[in-house]
Amino acid sequence: MPTDVLMPQMGESIAEGTIVRWVKNVGESIERDEPLFEISTDKVDAEIPSPAAGVVAQIRAQVGETVPVNSVVAVIGNQGEQIPAASAQVEVAEPVRLPAVSPLDTTAARPSRVAAAPRLSPLVRRLAAEHGIDPSCVNGTGEDGRVTRADVLAYVARRHSDSSDADTAAVGTSPLGETSEPLGVMRRFIAERMVASRRTAAHVHTVFDVDFSRVAARRASVSGGTRAPGYLAHIAKAVSDALVAMPVVNASLRADSVVYPRHVNLGIAVALEWGLIVPVIKAVESLSVEDIDAAIVDLSTRARAKQLAPDEVEGGTFTITNPGVFGSVYGLPIINQPQSAILCVGVIEKRPVVVDDAVVARLRSYLTLGFDHRLIDGAVADRFMVRVRDSLEERSL
Amino acid sequence: MSADHGSAVGDPHGTPLVVRSLGLVPYEDALEQQRALVAARQAGDTPDHLLLLEHPAVITVGVSGRGHSEHLLVSRAYLAEHGIDIHDVARGGDITYHGPGQIVGYPVMSLKPDRCDVRRYVSDLEEVLIRTAACFGVTAGRVAGMTGVWVGNEKLAAIGVRLSRWVTSHGFALNVATNLDHFRFIVPCGLERRGVTSLQRLLPTPPSLREVELALATEFASVFDRRVIP
Repeated sequence: MPTDVLMPQMGESIAEGTIVRWVKNVGESIERDEPLFEISTDKVDAEIPSPAAGVVAQIRAQVGETVPVNSVVAVIGNQGEQIPAASAQVEVAEPVRLPAVSPLDTTAARPSRVAAAPRLSPLVRRLAAEHGIDPSCVNGTGEDGRVTRADVLAYVARRHSDSSDADTAAVGTSPLGETSEPLGVMRRFIAERMVASRRTAAHVHTVFDVDFSRVAARRASVSGGTRAPGYLAHIAKAVSDALVAMPVVNASLRADSVVYPRHVNLGIAVALEWGLIVPVIKAVESLSVEDIDAAIVDLSTRARAKQLAPDEVEGGTFTITNPGVFGSVYGLPIINQPQSAILCVGVIEKRPVVVDDAVVARLRSYLTLGFDHRLIDGAVADRFMVRVRDSLEERSL
Repeated sequence: MSADHGSAVGDPHGTPLVVRSLGLVPYEDALEQQRALVAARQAGDTPDHLLLLEHPAVITVGVSGRGHSEHLLVSRAYLAEHGIDIHDVARGGDITYHGPGQIVGYPVMSLKPDRCDVRRYVSDLEEVLIRTAACFGVTAGRVAGMTGVWVGNEKLAAIGVRLSRWVTSHGFALNVATNLDHFRFIVPCGLERRGVTSLQRLLPTPPSLREVELALATEFASVFDRRVIP
């Protein structure tokens, strides 16, 4: 029996391949697993071995042709064997071959599938038709790979249970009523970055309870007409000063060395409807609280309007994230690689605290430092946080 | 390199990976080494390898570059005068340039059983290069439909891969301190109006080739869940 050689599926999302070279020509004999042809998909060139030993009886896809996966590109026959007329007829009936076939062009895939039809019994053919399936898609387990009644029924059962089936993947609904959609670029990027960071850094978190009464007083003292810098700007300023004083928290681990950047480039995480972006305020150590406030407002506004330039989200050396605006009491953030630490701001609210043995209402917030223990030890992280806290509370250092 | 790399690099439970730093290797010799390694890998006689090396100046034309002679901008005779070799090679991709200062990485590894996906493989190679660039403070990325690693509109690293029975060969080329002038002889990868760049051009104090090789080996092991063995 002749063996069909199919265009292999070289990956989950790959629908077609281009023939680059036939290693063997019609009439040449070939061993099983000996290279038969080469294909190209994306920037990958792959050598495809023959599925059977015999003689190359037919080549159905020429060099340069792009054909859908699982279509028959060649037929391997036994020495001296006559290839069934039915297969040959397909060649006659389909003399014009398109040079390139789009993956959605299902009509182009059909001629090759018709070629498999003669090997079906009338019963199997009727069964396949009843279920609306293409018999050439079914793996045959019968004699010489013949598709049997059981194969068709198994295929039908599998099709119903497998939501990743090629036919249903595009539609996006499974028999269970789940819906699916392809991962967007940003989502995929965030997913990769987060998992990579967890895998790379030795995450440790330390939480400080910080009093914001002094910051609130300073904000209240700003005379009417000018905008009082937000809490985040004050926090950013305190963090920036502490990073200058303790450069290791601003540093990053690179291969086998510690790299100390020239500046403090502060990333501010901005939540978007569709994800998250971290615009960076460059050389923040040279900016006043007012400048930082203006930069935060500008960058977050433009981030939401998708107007950031690529270099405005690059080169961060430390990140601040502020889930407090959503009500989070405190967070345990993941470090934004290749940075070594991240500060998380909890909700800023009045809470009862003990001052001079009396319980009073004070404006407080929990600030968390997430740090990479590979580079920063706990004592260093806590000294850093003491600096941030004392600066916000205007305690003398 | 593998010896002083130790076994601490990569996933402790991962598939073993041998990393070799070979220095300057003529293109033909590297091809021959790869051919031998691919055969040994297919036979199961050797573990996965990552070869890191430099080539003397050479222009190579991949499978999709044949018939695009317009992508070679000077005559072959002119190249010969300038001491630049030219080779047709059986890898994916169009035309590219290799030369000193560029780290070429040839992974010879089996993608079986769980990584049999060419698109994933290319994307993983890109990931290795993006993370390596990030190690030195360079934010590189992908450009949809254009394989390779880009900084803005300029290509930092090129990718061209060959598979035989899911064993990889060829690989990537990362410009560290490449003489970018030599790229003017070609239209890299057949892409017009897009430039090339290097870490040297992007950074005030560029890393040494050895530093970059260490970072590449580390990121490669991490992305491919490999454990570097001596």
